[in-house]
Amino acid sequence: MSYSAELDVRVTDSSLRDGSHAIRHQFTVENVRSIVAALDEAGVPVIEVTHGDGLGGSSFNYGFSAVPDQDLISAAVATAKQAKIAFLMLPGLGITDDIRQAADNGASVCRIATHCTEADISLQHFKVARSIGLETVGFLMMAHSQPPEVLAKQARIMADAGAQCVYVVDSAGSLIMDGVSDRIAALVAELGDDAQVGFHGHENLGLGVANSVLAARAGAKQIDGSTRRFGAGAGNTPVEAFAAVTERLGIKTGIDTLKIIDAAEEIVAPVLTNPPALDRLSLTMGYAGVYSSFLKHAEIQAKKYGVSGAAILIEAGRRKLVGGQEDQLIEIAVGLAKVKR
Amino acid sequence: MTKATAAIVGSGNIGTDLLYKLLRSDVIEPRWMIGVDPNSPGLKRAADHGLTASAEGVDWLLANERPDLVFEATSAYVHRVNAPRYSELGIQAVDLTPAAIGPAVVPAVNLGEHVDEPNVSLITCGGQATIPMVYAVSRIVPVEYAEIVASVASPSAGPGTRANIDEFTKTTARGVETIGGAQRGKAIIILNPAEPPMLMQDTIFCAIPGDADTGAIAASIKEIAVDVAAYVPGYRLRTEPQFDDPTPMSGGLARVAIFVEVEGAGDFLPPYSGNLDIMTAAATRVGEGFAQRILAERA
Repeated sequence: MSYSAELDVRVTDSSLRDGSHAIRHQFTVENVRSIVAALDEAGVPVIEVTHGDGLGGSSFNYGFSAVPDQDLISAAVATAKQAKIAFLMLPGLGITDDIRQAADNGASVCRIATHCTEADISLQHFKVARSIGLETVGFLMMAHSQPPEVLAKQARIMADAGAQCVYVVDSAGSLIMDGVSDRIAALVAELGDDAQVGFHGHENLGLGVANSVLAARAGAKQIDGSTRRFGAGAGNTPVEAFAAVTERLGIKTGIDTLKIIDAAEEIVAPVLTNPPALDRLSLTMGYAGVYSSFLKHAEIQAKKYGVSGAAILIEAGRRKLVGGQEDQLIEIAVGLAKVKR
Repeated sequence: MTKATAAIVGSGNIGTDLLYKLLRSDVIEPRWMIGVDPNSPGLKRAADHGLTASAEGVDWLLANERPDLVFEATSAYVHRVNAPRYSELGIQAVDLTPAAIGPAVVPAVNLGEHVDEPNVSLITCGGQATIPMVYAVSRIVPVEYAEIVASVASPSAGPGTRANIDEFTKTTARGVETIGGAQRGKAIIILNPAEPPMLMQDTIFCAIPGDADTGAIAASIKEIAVDVAAYVPGYRLRTEPQFDDPTPMSGGLARVAIFVEVEGAGDFLPPYSGNLDIMTAAATRVGEGFAQRILAERA
């Protein structure tokens, strides 16, 4: 079973969404145009464009966008010749009106993300997305934190609500090999022909490409990555490496390996002023199971309060914080500074 | 002393927790508990405490009884149907659903303005916990933009909230503007499944002028925290307000960040569900405001 007659798996490049974290949501229209043009030319089938925390993410809590999301989406739609433009939204943070607006601006794939135990907050959003003809994807974030059978039940909730594909999202970059295969297989078994299964990896333990190949072998039909690892934490599965590996393995993605390698080097790398690295903080996130988007926030608070960024992240892991609770990192830093005094 | 009589409509968790708070009131006598399911444990509890409990819904209540007050703890949809029926009969309604029919009330901020209204809305739990803080800042300096982040324990978010989470964010954001006094408001809600469940925690960010008197703002925040704690005993600041200079990520705005948590009284619902406790506590406080006015008119 393949994604389609032409593709074994369909790749979504999230450089212009997950990558938004890496440049603190300061993408310009020109960045979007140049990156979309290069990825589109290389044959990337879906390109995601949004604030790192999705539509409505522009805020004090997550960082304000330099340019409104909807303007970036419009620019991407106007630039892409073959690629579909996707967007992300998190219920509780964005609202259905945002979905309608993105659709009006020409985006065609709606990706709706919840923490992996809270799928039932997405029902109204899937309903609206489907009713206006958008392709839908559900995102079960922090998937490392729950066993396969729990994830499968949550995936069922999203599929019943209208998700055409449900992703195992390794937001913390904490899943290791079999941990991916087992979760993907559980979702494939649960969803059958009702919805596809996808995988979104991070590099916090250095396993993005390997985990994604295992996901595809376990039956995932959609795989996320970011060119040049342009994403939160240590970044996402590098699309150019995934394209090279899958070509060698005979898994068809439709992406031209040499063209995406060039795009990564010549177009994407220059925009990445502060490239994601597998350094102490991002490795700590993978190790402690912490939401990758917390990285830049932990760095900022560590600097402001003169405390250890790693200590902030470890405490975030201990408190079992979920995606969206960036505000708590401030309170953690204040507490650590008090202890230090 | 005579008390104003009250019916609780909705015999679920919220209605039951409210029951225990109203039973302690000096000015309200909860006399009826109304549900739709004869097997509802909330109806049984109410009957055990001497209330008249009916599973025949609002139709039964209005055909047979005339409470002074109604507390509606059903759903937005049901309250939209019931609200005109209460007001036709002159029954004042305290709305704990997100229906937002009457003016929004946060006891620590604007209860005094609305004791004559036929129907008042308690907005949302996030609104009750955060709007007092936006008000605390906006009474000192102009607040161009305010944003609240409400984190609640998963088990304390019921199916109604989950199915209509947009209503939470929109209704709360509106309250941040209209009652909190921010020019623009935004609300974010996060459900956290951690075990043991976390207490409700709320962060309030307010944009402030670069030259704001941070001492005066901090004092105002502490004062409001005491005002809210007078009717929600588990409401408290987690740490000192934090002030930040403008950066590109802050949209070029200086800001204050305020951190609160709400521990429930544990009347019926577990203490971690401060989000539910603050609603029933605020409802009790609003109902008492109504009752005092009613009783004063009768005297």
